[in-house]
Amino acid sequence: MEKTLLTREQVAERIAQDLHDGAIVNLGIGIPVLVSNYVSNDAEIIYQSEQGVLGMGSVAKPGEEDPDLVNASKQPVTLVPGGSFCHHADSFAMLRGRHIDIAVMGGMQVSEKGDLANWKVKGAELGSIGGAMDIALGSRKLFIAMTHTSKDGGFKIVKELDYPVTALRCVDRIYTDMAIIDVTSEGLVLKEVAPGLNAEDVQKVTEARLIVSNELKEMSI
Amino acid sequence: MINKIVNSVDDAVKDITDGSTILFGGFGGAGVANELISALSRQGAKNITAVSNNCGYYEKGLAKLIMDDRISKIICSFPLMKESYIFKEKYKEGKIELELVPQGTLAERIRAGGAGIEGFYTPTGVGTEIAAGKEEREFDGTPCVLEKAIKADVALIKAKKADRWGNLIYNKSGRNFNPIMATAAKITIVEVDEIVELGELDPETIVTPGIFVHRIVKKGGL
Repeated sequence: MEKTLLTREQVAERIAQDLHDGAIVNLGIGIPVLVSNYVSNDAEIIYQSEQGVLGMGSVAKPGEEDPDLVNASKQPVTLVPGGSFCHHADSFAMLRGRHIDIAVMGGMQVSEKGDLANWKVKGAELGSIGGAMDIALGSRKLFIAMTHTSKDGGFKIVKELDYPVTALRCVDRIYTDMAIIDVTSEGLVLKEVAPGLNAEDVQKVTEARLIVSNELKEMSI
Repeated sequence: MINKIVNSVDDAVKDITDGSTILFGGFGGAGVANELISALSRQGAKNITAVSNNCGYYEKGLAKLIMDDRISKIICSFPLMKESYIFKEKYKEGKIELELVPQGTLAERIRAGGAGIEGFYTPTGVGTEIAAGKEEREFDGTPCVLEKAIKADVALIKAKKADRWGNLIYNKSGRNFNPIMATAAKITIVEVDEIVELGELDPETIVTPGIFVHRIVKKGGL
């Protein structure tokens, strides 16, 4: 079988399988915002968005936009029945106070201890933090969605971060275009691989040492 | 009689002095007091410390103030939107200082400023460059940094409706920073879409009680 990487959409689809019915979820920009497209209609998921929306719906159709109703990327969105608005301090009380079940964020680097870098590239003078530092620490579970390696093939799952830190020891699970990896007290545990790949393929492009789960399996996409 | 309604945006901002710290409501383009910011631009105050989640769009509003070298420092969580190119240019020229703050910490510092709390400890930022120079302390095993309240001279905020006492309701996520900024300034000036009679707003749904509001202007004039 040919060894192909998952597309961004397939990574999003796989993450969607792990959002349980009733979960309150915050999705970051990039692959994470795609996740809501793949959630089963049977699951009732409440999406929280940092600018003070609980119960965010889909992107607004042309003609339905309200410039005062936007998502974290400032795109016009809708509100679902039961949705509500709050001010920024209340919104970040949700995000910092462990009220969000699952946050999904992009990543530039994740270390074997679960440290996260995703706000500024190495050596850059300027970067934007937004809600990343708050949400990384304040959600009950943090999933990272990213490509397994950088564009030039460099490691992104590393022993120690060398990019500017977003938050320490915050990541619970990493979803990449090659694998699903859990951050545990013993280290990084390889749980699933993309169809056609094996543990060795993944370890080769991972700087940190991977513990291969006894229940290692291929992702079902 | 209490009547906080001011005839024009220019009257509302006329006494803002050089060196003021000003809170600017809004998240991206949602809930921004565009007419008040334009009036501030005409008014001429300079050496302003601005507190705003973003750094303005294109060459309008806050970006215009930055372009005209009126803002000497900005306290901000997300300065680098592609529409915020003016900020980037001015930062590179050394014309504006940036204090980068995580968004939740920014909101909480403003909330604290309005609530008489001088500082608070939060885990957000521990181990990052944001923590540099800040006091660190552990609570029940959680390392935290000390963050100080933000208190301002003026807040320029946007709401949907006001009555003459300054009771406010907002529109959707246009609410964002506006209600907390209203609490944290000596003079809170609100731009509203509509002014209604006293008693018309449902007391159960008023978001900002009038105590926090000092001046009200209607968008587009009375």
